[in-house]
Amino acid sequence: MKIDLTVDGMAVTAEVDPGETLLPFLRRLGAASVKNGCDNGDCGACAVLVDGRAVNACLFFAAKAAGSEITTAEALAGADGLHPLQTASLDLGAVQCGFCTPGILMTALDLLAYNPDPTEEEVRHWLAANYCRCTGWVKPVEAVLAAASMLREQEAS
Amino acid sequence: MSDFTTIGFNERKVDGDSLVTGKPVFAGDLDLDHVLHLALLASPHAHAKIVSIDTSRAEALEGVELVLDHRNTPPTRYTTAGQGYPEPSPYDARMFDTTVRFVGDRVAVVAADTLEIAREACGLIDVEWELLPPVLSIDDSIAEGATIVHPEEDASGIFDAARNIAGAVEAVVGNVEAGFADSDIVVETTCETQYAQHVPLEPHIAQSWMDEHGRLVIYTSTQVPFHARRIVSRVLDIPVHRVRVIKPRLGGGFGVKQEILQEDVLGLVTLRTGRPARWEYSRKEEFVSSRTRHPMRVRVKVGATSDGMITALEMDAISNSGGYGTHGLTVLSNAGSKTLPMYNKAEHIKFSGKAVYTTMPVGGAYRGYGATQGCFPLETAIDEVAVRLGVDPLELRRRNHIRTGETSPLFEELGEGRKGVEMTISSCELGKCLDSGAELFGWEAKRSRPKDEGRVRRGIGLSIHMQGSGIPEVDMGAASIKMNDDGSINLHVGATDLGTGSDTILAQMAAEVLGLPLGKVIVLSSDTDLTPFDVGAYASSTTYVSGTAVVRAATDVKQQVLEVAAAMLGSPADGLMLGDERVTSPDGQSVTLAEINLRSLYGADQKQIAATASFVPSESPPPFMASFVEVEVDIVTGKVTLLDYVAAVDCGQAINPAMAEGQVEGALANGIGYALMEEMVFDGSGRVRNADMARYKLPGTLDLAPIKVILVESHDPTGPMGAKSVGEIGINGPIPSIANAIYDAIGIRLTETPFSPEKVWRAMRDAGIE
Ligand code: FES
Ligand code: FES
Repeated sequence: MKIDLTVDGMAVTAEVDPGETLLPFLRRLGAASVKNGCDNGDCGACAVLVDGRAVNACLFFAAKAAGSEITTAEALAGADGLHPLQTASLDLGAVQCGFCTPGILMTALDLLAYNPDPTEEEVRHWLAANYCRCTGWVKPVEAVLAAASMLREQEAS
Repeated sequence: MSDFTTIGFNERKVDGDSLVTGKPVFAGDLDLDHVLHLALLASPHAHAKIVSIDTSRAEALEGVELVLDHRNTPPTRYTTAGQGYPEPSPYDARMFDTTVRFVGDRVAVVAADTLEIAREACGLIDVEWELLPPVLSIDDSIAEGATIVHPEEDASGIFDAARNIAGAVEAVVGNVEAGFADSDIVVETTCETQYAQHVPLEPHIAQSWMDEHGRLVIYTSTQVPFHARRIVSRVLDIPVHRVRVIKPRLGGGFGVKQEILQEDVLGLVTLRTGRPARWEYSRKEEFVSSRTRHPMRVRVKVGATSDGMITALEMDAISNSGGYGTHGLTVLSNAGSKTLPMYNKAEHIKFSGKAVYTTMPVGGAYRGYGATQGCFPLETAIDEVAVRLGVDPLELRRRNHIRTGETSPLFEELGEGRKGVEMTISSCELGKCLDSGAELFGWEAKRSRPKDEGRVRRGIGLSIHMQGSGIPEVDMGAASIKMNDDGSINLHVGATDLGTGSDTILAQMAAEVLGLPLGKVIVLSSDTDLTPFDVGAYASSTTYVSGTAVVRAATDVKQQVLEVAAAMLGSPADGLMLGDERVTSPDGQSVTLAEINLRSLYGADQKQIAATASFVPSESPPPFMASFVEVEVDIVTGKVTLLDYVAAVDCGQAINPAMAEGQVEGALANGIGYALMEEMVFDGSGRVRNADMARYKLPGTLDLAPIKVILVESHDPTGPMGAKSVGEIGINGPIPSIANAIYDAIGIRLTETPFSPEKVWRAMRDAGIE
């Protein structure tokens, strides 16, 4: 069947296979940032926003996304450059292989939308279902906290 | 050292922008037209012979292009280990064999128009099996009359196939028996480590196609592109020059991508069909069919004088290599060679070991590479010596550890599967590591507080560690640099950035020598057509080995730049200064790099300013680490929780401190997982029961809160810009530090990893603690 949805701001009409999840669906549409780390809902590498909330794309039926707005990490940077989450990740060394990074960024984006001033503990809880094998999490957590404060400053000015 | 302009600065990763914006930079992100999808039929049995295999139903399925099994593939024996040539691993594997030797071993591969069809076709392959007795443990393997795992005649390089010994090693210094007899106390312990998987977030993935000139191209997530080319060429019997291997970005490796697991099959599918092919392991296949850490049983005996000097050391290791001998001998050797030399005051040292075959998953390279397994009993025993002598374990290590200018006879006696190389320690800041680590951790204060007696009991532990910086007289790295008309450079290296940031730190080295901003260095890593050779990313070699090649090439280019500038400025080259993208003469005149290259490319005495340099190390200066941990043990549930973790590391000059810290933090995290929760669990027939990330527990944000890393100031005179290495060492700390902390908390020495609640609880129950 065909569905209409918005992916990173673009209106899309596309064929969905029955039982197909957002992970292969979005990758088929060219969204390479949606990573397959487990295809089982265990790692968070495939996280995207569906209508503003982070979901694991490998668990979310594509058909259910009809009419929804999907945001991937590819839409995070705007015309005026990288998003603070991206900037902070680069500046603080939070990216090693980067395979987990799009999923972490999208999960963190969801957190900051709801809680612009999280504690370290809150960041750690929020990211508890994302796996990163490379970093040991010190720097990714610092990056989310730094991005939060950058965003708050932007907001204030 | 403070004059550096980019070394020692936390530059952004050169590939960082494309990673944070989700660009299609990984091997699986490439979409090829008319690609064939490969699916694996894996062995359901731990040990069996294929009596017959019928693929006709699979071949008849619409959309199936090719089915490969032992009948239509080359029978060449080889090793999947991506090591230097000739490999120190036995040639005991075939692409597809008539015998399978672990659950998950290759039986057949289907290439079809879609993955669904390929998987369905796998289910249509009929195999008639003759079951052979499985060999499910080290004890099964070494038992009298054990089933022989590799009886085949055409295997080579196996130490003693009749006794299931893939590789064996022995190194002796002095006379340990006499050493123990002379010691005031002798402590002995045997520790066992478990099967674990690397779990790179990106499972194995590779693609292949024929290029427009009819050459085979393999685009693969590998740590060893040049070894991959050599091995594919040998196994498929095609010349090296017909094969090109390209390494894009890697989604982690940790050693598991030092194995050639997909490239050979992909190559054959593309050669036979002319079509592009894609093979992506599922997470389950990554657990079941790829590689693991070699489980080991290691016995250590330590003799010491009553004043706390270690005088004799004995280590005896048995490693479970699984169905094939990949990395068996070398991982085994490193259990001793990357641990025992730290206690170089001991005059009597003996290391012996064997890697044995079982019909279990295959061990491979895994960050730490044997040192992780060897340091567990060693650092446990050293801790026990301290306890028995009533000495602070920190003080005991201070008295005994190796120092700058000293050596260990073991460096020469024990290498990687062969004799080693004599070496004097060119830098060792282990003393600083112990001091600064203890201070940040609060060792004194925590040690002097009264013991907890309630339900939750805290304890502290420490351990010290070393690794290497490449394999001396074996590893080789090369780099090419050419300069462009705007003064930028192309830096081409065979070194393989697997997410570690090596492209960035190698670029920093070139930028430093040539006085360039990092943005003017365009890095290309690992394409066998375009970059010079490098053994690849393993053995903590890239910074030291490939880095030295980069510094040499950059120094050569710098000389060429100065010569052109000398002609332009009319001033002798040896008086000129290069910096800030310009060359300045003593009288203050200057020309920019752009001007120099414009002249060189278009003006007078035209030539390309460029250089290629290689480096083979004659030594392998170890990085060192002091690791401190505080845990609490719940004596009702047996749960061990980390309260604090401090690791102080001497990696030489950190080229990019944030990245170096990140290497240690990530390695510690992996080590903490291995110490506390990660374990491949098997049923009675050798099948992995937890082949997914829900049941195979990796440490996450909530398990790793308190990691703190200190990089102590250090400078190695033999290293590029003073650097040594940093990639592996961190992973060794957690097991012994946590074991020693658990002992401090509850008075029990755990000798088997992981220290799961159940194991801790059982140990406490056996010891009568409630
Ligand atoms: S791929 Fe979706 S959670 Fe792992
Ligand atoms: S950076 Fe590699 S998995 Fe997170």
